[in-house]
Amino acid sequence: MAAGVATWLPFARAAAVGWLPLAKKSMPKPPSDNKSRNDEILIVNVSGQRFQTWKNTLDRYPDTLLGSSEKEFFYNEETQEYFFDRDPEMFRHILNFYRTGKLHYPRHECIQAFDEELAFYGIIPEIIGDCCMEEYRDRKKENLERLAEDTEAEMSTDAPLPPDSTSRERLWRAFENPHTSTMALVFYYVTGFFIAVSVIANVVETVPCRPPKGRVKDLPCGEKYSLAFFCMDTACVMIFTFEYLMRLFAAPSRCKFMRSVMSIIDVVAIMPYYIGLVMPENEDVSGAFVTLRVFRVFRIFKFSRHSQGLRILGYTLKSCASELGFLLFSLTMAIIIFATVMFYAEKGTKETNFTSIPAAFWYTIVTMTTLGYGDMVPNTIAGKIFGSICSLSGVLVIALPVPVIVSNFSRIYHQNQRADKRKAQQQDRHSGSQALCVRNRSSFEQQHHHLLHCLEKTTNHEFTDEHTYSEVCMAESVGYRTSRSTSISSHQGLSTSCCPRRAKRRAIRLANSTVSVSRGSVQELDTLHIQKSSIVPQSRSSLNARTQDLKLNCDDTDFTAAIISIPTPPANTPDESLPSSPGIPSILRNSRQLGDCSGSFTHETVKISSL
Amino acid sequence: MGIVMGTFSMQPKQGGFRKDKAEDELEMTVVCHRPEGLEQLEAQTKFTKRELQILYRGFKNECPSGLVNEDTFKQIYAQFFPHGDASTYAHYLFNAFDSGQNGSVKFEDFVMALSILLRGSIREKLRWTFNLYDLNKDGYINKEEMTDIVRAIYDMMGKYTYPVLRDEAPRQHVDAFFQKMDKNKDGVVTLDEFIASCQEDDNIMQSLQLFENVI
Repeated sequence: MAAGVATWLPFARAAAVGWLPLAKKSMPKPPSDNKSRNDEILIVNVSGQRFQTWKNTLDRYPDTLLGSSEKEFFYNEETQEYFFDRDPEMFRHILNFYRTGKLHYPRHECIQAFDEELAFYGIIPEIIGDCCMEEYRDRKKENLERLAEDTEAEMSTDAPLPPDSTSRERLWRAFENPHTSTMALVFYYVTGFFIAVSVIANVVETVPCRPPKGRVKDLPCGEKYSLAFFCMDTACVMIFTFEYLMRLFAAPSRCKFMRSVMSIIDVVAIMPYYIGLVMPENEDVSGAFVTLRVFRVFRIFKFSRHSQGLRILGYTLKSCASELGFLLFSLTMAIIIFATVMFYAEKGTKETNFTSIPAAFWYTIVTMTTLGYGDMVPNTIAGKIFGSICSLSGVLVIALPVPVIVSNFSRIYHQNQRADKRKAQQQDRHSGSQALCVRNRSSFEQQHHHLLHCLEKTTNHEFTDEHTYSEVCMAESVGYRTSRSTSISSHQGLSTSCCPRRAKRRAIRLANSTVSVSRGSVQELDTLHIQKSSIVPQSRSSLNARTQDLKLNCDDTDFTAAIISIPTPPANTPDESLPSSPGIPSILRNSRQLGDCSGSFTHETVKISSL
Repeated sequence: MGIVMGTFSMQPKQGGFRKDKAEDELEMTVVCHRPEGLEQLEAQTKFTKRELQILYRGFKNECPSGLVNEDTFKQIYAQFFPHGDASTYAHYLFNAFDSGQNGSVKFEDFVMALSILLRGSIREKLRWTFNLYDLNKDGYINKEEMTDIVRAIYDMMGKYTYPVLRDEAPRQHVDAFFQKMDKNKDGVVTLDEFIASCQEDDNIMQSLQLFENVI
């Protein structure tokens, strides 16, 4: 709920006077507000800069550090102020959040520093206002990419392996980071050399050589020196196969390795050779075999292990997938439109090149990319007009997504340069430990619930949730006599009811253990976060217990459950006795004993969901 | 091509016109209202200076312009009743608060109403309530007005209630109300009948004391 709505609550409650003459039942007693009426000014000293604000302002968000009693840890008795040894510049934004209810992200600040401040003060970044959310997300993404680069770089550091690593691990290290040992370096260069040799051989074998004696026609070198080329190819493939098998053996996760792009390239590079060995010298099949040889050119991609720039290019294309997709889509649309137009424009001409729309596709593509081969030209005037429109629009369509791709590429490239230059140590990543979120049920919620309770009394109906409503609808008068256990368990499952409904109350009463149902769950306003799961069922149902404030365990510091009591309407109390459900009696019995520990508030984590 | 360029260049001018109108509207809504002095308000209401300060700070924070119009009011009120539809009842409430009937609630209206509701005498509170129920402000509450109000209240409960809300529930409620309030059975309830009947009912008398410590 917006912070400001709390201002209007007294107004809404006062307006409830209008229901009174209509009410069939008497109204429940309002919650007593223990907090002092006088609003005081708090001084928050952040690294010397003093901020002052009303206490109520900070209390608007009880699930943050400043709004909860957690700030008492930072209270300085001598100077009577709260001292935080944090960045005062950032604190300004944090405090503005309390004042205005909107969190803004300052553009000039580092995203990580901002995130750390938010985490310290217990504010979740999701509530950043729409005005700054875009910027925040972009910067966050950029930062995450940079961190991912770091992890990648760190994983393959030059630090020596622990001495007890297996040979497999060492082998993997050698493959991933060739600079670790001389053997690895040698292997690295050897494979690089052989990739180059293989690619050059592929290229050269198609060059026409002088025909041998007795022939007239020029022969491609591949056929003249076929044995030599075959031997070279065999040698390369043997090296590649050996390398692939070594990598497969050394890989820590073989499945992951086999799925990676580089391994697929490796496989595609060497498969044609083996398929060629296996395949018989058949006329029909050799045609397909020839096609397979094309795949040998993929060996050039193996260079990407050796070249950083190639990897960056690949990564850029991957990250710009959406822009590329858009480019492709818009080009396709334009091609189809213009091809159709050109075809029909040129239809009349004799001996035209535009024989069909697909034939016109070629013309459109060549024109839009401003290539203009000239093998297909329009002859009619209409065709020429549309042809010129086509070429002009082609420039536009291609020019639009290209800057996005370019900027992406430059960003990634620069990031890579930074990562290379840096000799970073392991960064202690802030491992997501939540700030201790100690909350207390705010008086706002109490009062709001009292208001809703008054409305219930006025209309003599109760709020319930969809689930219970459909149950009741179906099972009429018998429906609510459910067993107590299911009622309590379904109570935990409810997410939208205001008060766990009469169903539970009647069922509990029937079972002769009465638990007065007061403003039990506050789920439509907030969800209870469970910290200690063992105590959860009790704490949930304990909200129903009618008791005064009490503490569950005085000496248990990590979890204290207190129950805010909301006095129930008189009509329901007379026949109440101590409930006999397993968890609750212990709570109540403790309350009798620990009479001196009264007066503390619930220490459950409460997350206020937005309305 | 020239035609195309021409049409494109025409657009900004129209946009300019639209922008001017928007700016005018903006100026009109930024009219600020400042309340009368603190002493005057203290004299007119039963709040202390401290309380008025707190109230005004909250009010000003939410409505910097100093005025609340009906839509804003409905939105605010609806936040307290997420289960159902609070807009009708909020409309009636707004009319009751808006003493000048000019479509917006100022801080003074706000504070006067609160003063009556929280610190006023029984008679004043009941009169305010009567004013709320009397939709057309003619001094009489008839069955239609009452039905409208009761239906609006039931709307706030929403769909999922226990027991299931029947269509005749509001009407029954109204009938019960008239049974109690309409002394001379003439079909309308006057202010005196209303106050007298309420004073006879202990429940209502007790409940009226409940909201005194809201501020």
